[in-house]
Amino acid sequence: MKRKTEKQAAPAGSRARIVLYTIAAIISLAGLADATYLTVAALTGETAVCAGSTGCQEVLGSPYAKIAGIPVAALGVWGYFAAFTFAIFAGFGYARARKFFALTVWAMFAMTLWFLYVQAFVLHAFCRYCLFSAAFVFLMAGLVVASPPPRDSGNEK
Amino acid sequence: MKRYLPFVIVAVVGALTLGAGAMLYRAKRPALLEIPKNSATPDKTASMHVRGQANAAVTLEEFGDFECPPCANLASAYGQIEEGYSAKLRVIFRHFPLPGHPHAQEAALVAEAAGLQGRFWEMHDLLYKEQPIWSKSNEARALFNSYAEMLGLNLERFKTDVDSPEVKERVASDKKRGTDLGVNSTPTIFINDRQVPPPVNVGTIRAAIEAALNPKPSP
Repeated sequence: MKRKTEKQAAPAGSRARIVLYTIAAIISLAGLADATYLTVAALTGETAVCAGSTGCQEVLGSPYAKIAGIPVAALGVWGYFAAFTFAIFAGFGYARARKFFALTVWAMFAMTLWFLYVQAFVLHAFCRYCLFSAAFVFLMAGLVVASPPPRDSGNEK
Repeated sequence: MKRYLPFVIVAVVGALTLGAGAMLYRAKRPALLEIPKNSATPDKTASMHVRGQANAAVTLEEFGDFECPPCANLASAYGQIEEGYSAKLRVIFRHFPLPGHPHAQEAALVAEAAGLQGRFWEMHDLLYKEQPIWSKSNEARALFNSYAEMLGLNLERFKTDVDSPEVKERVASDKKRGTDLGVNSTPTIFINDRQVPPPVNVGTIRAAIEAALNPKPSP
């Protein structure tokens, strides 16, 4: 009887894992689109000028928008792509990918906190694209916290 | 097949991201503007503000908006831009207040009014320096008046000039010139009548100045 319960628990844990990492992959895709847009805007010089009513120049045109000459958004592209990759592999049952996903998300979470601090207390201005990105990272961090421990999920690789 | 599926998904998403980014880049890359030779309109001498010698080899013409943060960043870097060029470079400033900036038009009028008392560049620098304060203030006019006092301007005359048709006409004339040239963002910089390709920063502007000073012989 006990064996049967364990066998039933494994596919249920596996399903939860698939659903959770599918959601994480979708969120990271949204973040990837956001970061790609901002990277292109930085490369074309759009963030270094004022035009129309985007209202993000104060943030995206600031020195904080670049690290060693590299647009922060480009680092975001790498971060979201890494998160997407690890989420996909974790969803397919790769145990190590779960750890890398969590590490990537927490690193992005730390950077997001820093950028929110800069926007709120240094620049006194917010960019909606950066806030979207912050929301995506917070959602992914929530998923990491909510993810079941490895022993609950079946078919680990 | 299932074993390779995650690799396929990741590769497809990677390729799509690169492709979409490249397409977006091509779509967003602006066409560079040029000032036609016959555009030496009378207004060029009527209201423009010039720093440097009239016979300088290179003319830098900026269309700027006092409420635009990248313009403020650029204004603070003019020392670096002009370093080493002295007599070879002259700088022209033109107003291009953007409609999305609520105090930009008024700031342009303020700079012009200061210009009527011979302190345009001082007010130009002060407006950019204090931009984070007045741009967020509901009492921008009071701050502008305090800046006029700081610069030692005749305050009564300044207040009258800010609202005068002459000052409004000067700003409108600059804006019209920019619009006629196709300017739609600030800062837009022309070096010897050719737009500096974005991103506009110290490096790209100095490179454009160097190119204007040392033109490559045409093949």
